[in-house]
Amino acid sequence: MNDTQYAIRGINGPVVTVVGGRALGLMDMVHVGDERLTGEVVGIKDGVTTVQVYEDTEGLKPGQPVTTTGAPMSMLLGPGLLSHIFDGIARPLTEIEQRSGVFIGRGLNLPSLDESALWQVTMAVKVGDTVRPGTMYASCPETTLITHRCLIPAGLEGKITSVAPDGEYNVTQVLAELTDEAGKVHELKLSQYWPIRTPRPMRERMPIDRPLLTGQRVIDTFFPVGKGGAAAIPGPFGAGKTMTQHQLAKWSDADIIVYLGCGERGNEMTEVLEEFTKLLDPKSHQPLMSRTILIANTSNMPVAAREASVYTGMTMAEYYRDMGYHVALMADSTSRWAEALREISGRLEEMPAEEGFPAYLASRLAEFYERAGYIKTLEGKEASVTVVGAVSPQGGDFSEPVTQNTKRYVRTFWGLDRALAYARHFPSINWLTSYSEYVDDLKPWYDSNVSPLFVPYRQRLFTLLQEEAKLMEIVKLIGADILPEDQKLTIEIAKLVRVCFLQQNAYNDVDTYVPMEKQFKMMDVILTLYDGAKELVEKAIPLSQLVATGIFETVNKMKYEVKNDELGKFDDYKAQIRDVLNQVIRTNS
Amino acid sequence: MKLEYIGLSELSGSLIALDGVTGAAYDEVAEITLTSGESRMGRVIMIDGERVVLQVFEGTHGISLENARTHFTGHPMEMGLSPDMLGRVFDGAGCPIDGLGALYHEETRNINGGAINPVSRQYPRSCIYTGLSAIDATATLIRGQKLPIFSGSGMRHNELAAQIVRQAHVAGEDGEFAIVFAAMGVKNDTADFFRRNFEEAGALQRVVMFLNLASDPIIERILTPRCALTAAEYLAFTRGYHVLVIMTDMTSYCEALREFSSSKGEIPSRKGFPAYLYSDLASLYERAGLIHGMPGSVTQVPILTMPNDDITHPIPDLTGYITEGQIVLDRDMDQQGIYPPINILSSLSRLMKDGIGKGYTREDHPDLSNQLFASYSKVKDVRSLASVIGEDELSEIDRCYLRFGQAFERVFVQQSAFADRSIEETLDLGWKLLTILPKSELDRVDSATVAAHYVENAYQTLLETAK
Repeated sequence: MNDTQYAIRGINGPVVTVVGGRALGLMDMVHVGDERLTGEVVGIKDGVTTVQVYEDTEGLKPGQPVTTTGAPMSMLLGPGLLSHIFDGIARPLTEIEQRSGVFIGRGLNLPSLDESALWQVTMAVKVGDTVRPGTMYASCPETTLITHRCLIPAGLEGKITSVAPDGEYNVTQVLAELTDEAGKVHELKLSQYWPIRTPRPMRERMPIDRPLLTGQRVIDTFFPVGKGGAAAIPGPFGAGKTMTQHQLAKWSDADIIVYLGCGERGNEMTEVLEEFTKLLDPKSHQPLMSRTILIANTSNMPVAAREASVYTGMTMAEYYRDMGYHVALMADSTSRWAEALREISGRLEEMPAEEGFPAYLASRLAEFYERAGYIKTLEGKEASVTVVGAVSPQGGDFSEPVTQNTKRYVRTFWGLDRALAYARHFPSINWLTSYSEYVDDLKPWYDSNVSPLFVPYRQRLFTLLQEEAKLMEIVKLIGADILPEDQKLTIEIAKLVRVCFLQQNAYNDVDTYVPMEKQFKMMDVILTLYDGAKELVEKAIPLSQLVATGIFETVNKMKYEVKNDELGKFDDYKAQIRDVLNQVIRTNS
Repeated sequence: MKLEYIGLSELSGSLIALDGVTGAAYDEVAEITLTSGESRMGRVIMIDGERVVLQVFEGTHGISLENARTHFTGHPMEMGLSPDMLGRVFDGAGCPIDGLGALYHEETRNINGGAINPVSRQYPRSCIYTGLSAIDATATLIRGQKLPIFSGSGMRHNELAAQIVRQAHVAGEDGEFAIVFAAMGVKNDTADFFRRNFEEAGALQRVVMFLNLASDPIIERILTPRCALTAAEYLAFTRGYHVLVIMTDMTSYCEALREFSSSKGEIPSRKGFPAYLYSDLASLYERAGLIHGMPGSVTQVPILTMPNDDITHPIPDLTGYITEGQIVLDRDMDQQGIYPPINILSSLSRLMKDGIGKGYTREDHPDLSNQLFASYSKVKDVRSLASVIGEDELSEIDRCYLRFGQAFERVFVQQSAFADRSIEETLDLGWKLLTILPKSELDRVDSATVAAHYVENAYQTLLETAK
């Protein structure tokens, strides 16, 4: 314990100044006041220490004691994180409910893990083994989907000098002892602490070469994100950021999802909690919750904890990554985090930069997004953390600092569009402003896992959409009737691409999740129709004759008609298209 | 013994500062007595060593550095609560102003409330029928939702709110309704309008009113919604009422907050509003909801006037990011005499998806509402094309859209302030409207639903009735 006494001097919102002693370190975690509220040291100047408090500071008085934990803000990692919901500083919300009722109380210093739960542990080391950081020493099934692997933490190396037998243990019991070169004995348990602001170590970074499959056509086909990559979803309110995040959390092929509700609505977190408990994972048919961790700092929860919540989420993601899992972190919304930075920066009376945000906004964003990556773990396994951050630009204006700075650190950008949302085009990802820099990196994967035609097909559809955008400028001025036939065809096909391919109905059982092969075959059908129709147009047959056959509507409905397990049906569509085209040609000859 | 501090060391706007204070707590309430005998309330907003800054709710006029004595009460801002609040009128700080005497309270609560644990929340699913087609069909209000009305000065948002209060009901639902009405910086006439309306609807005994009028002190205005929501939470979660909270005008509230923030000398963010505007608004809006195992509910309909009709202004912008959708009123439609002038395309109810359709309203509701949106959004494109090339040059389909748009606004959106349409009426009306368009244009509905509801030329009868 520290021999120095610290006491509160001043209080201004979540910012508290503390006097006494000089032993407080920057970023140390402290307990403030009689109620022992959790806080973190953010500044030290002239004998006065500034602390940001993660809980409501109402009722604090000058002179009340402040105690330090002597360590930076850390969280307890171990089995029992999955399928649970935590607040911004990793306190379990279910446990909080039991302690303080429906309204969140203060000063509840709870560990993130349930210490009474017992886990069926299998030991992986024996006495005399030499272990290094990353060596697995024990494992236990955490949920029906995920096996929890306990690895020697960074910085520890030596010989195992005692091992407990296999059996049931809780997270505080000692499983093994490790003696290092200096002869010091370290206890190994199911759980370990990690400072949330420090990236967890890895052996090396690896190139990103496979996509995070999401079952969403506009994402997988047009703007993919690689496993270990970073993507941003900016959009004004009502454009469907949260909806898109939910879809990704439900359907993406990551092993583990960390869903971070940062400064968003309470009901949304409740929705995720209710829905994910019921929904089944498409691959394993287990409840989605058994691969999900939820972190909720709703907009009315303390603002300082919002700032910490992204690090809490990232630390959990990295922890599971180190076990060799592919983890996806959904952060909704990073703007609230940036605003929390701004709010606290204002209280600290720091010099503001652009739009009142602190000058270190860009470096904080960079630090966060750079914790994503496809890596080789200390143990030597391949694993990844993919980050998808929602951005809520003020007034829907993408030129604001958070969106602009985020763009520099992500390689996939899904720009949501208010006009598309108004027209109920969902997901409202605008194909003209969005981009993905991963397409070239992922081409070998597409070639060998989907079809060598996949990337060229994608490019053709993309070109059609761009041509359409140009033509629409003209149509706005003179109407569509005056366009030449080939341009009319471009417009008709582009419409098909938009309505049939890009729009995806999250509430339709068939359409909500679409495997890669179906995406490819849908492109194939659309392009078959396009190529056939182009021949007609070249033969000077009016497009209206083809439209009158109703083939466009038939193709349009294929996404609902063909289920994910009956992809053979797409050949029937191609046959039907050929028949219709031949028919039209016959009537004209 | 009552400990009092004599004199002040600084006065600035609505803030006073005292030196040499020991033992004051952050957010504590203080009583300031003037030598004239007048007493005012204040709240601790900053402590720095022995210096304490207080905000004075009733304003600082008449206070000098020497004529005030300050007593710290030792508790945060609290409010007395009892079921007898129903039918009563309070000022912005929660003191009765209807001349009926003090409230005998059963308990007191901190007006700042607490954050509801997301684990304890129950996801809202029961739909509240308002009898307004434009809301019920396309931006359905759900019990426990926060759905603001974005309006502009001069538009008929008050009439709309009053109509919602008059007509709101949940199908086949028991439980008692209560209304909490918070007026922040509104004109006397507006407050009076609502009072009259509640009276005419025979609802006055179910209403708790909190009035902070335009000329009342702005510090009180910051307390008004907090008092109102504390009362609402008490009535809902302790007394089991289904509470509808109407808060008007949120813009005045935010401006009060800005004034207060600037008097504290805080670094301003967008348009001079404090950086914590989002967190502050969230601490109000997030107090709506349902809780597992508790009978009542809090539903919020805040009203805000968008400065210069600008939806990207910080107030509507931040509100939209917190609330579960919004109902946007449209100046053009208002000028055309359409009531309610609801802009369907920019209005949205986020909770609607889980509260409509089979088992809730009617099976075809989700598809129909999607189709109405999609079709009406095309109307806008066709109109702008028509304004360039003229209506005569439009294709036949485009002319159908023009007719559809016209009918949609005039027959579907428009209704009398006293017309209470059932959800069936509204949905049938929607289908009739869609028959103006050829079947092939209905790309959001599957063929079976179209077959069940699409009756060729059904719109003819509609147009005749409209005449």
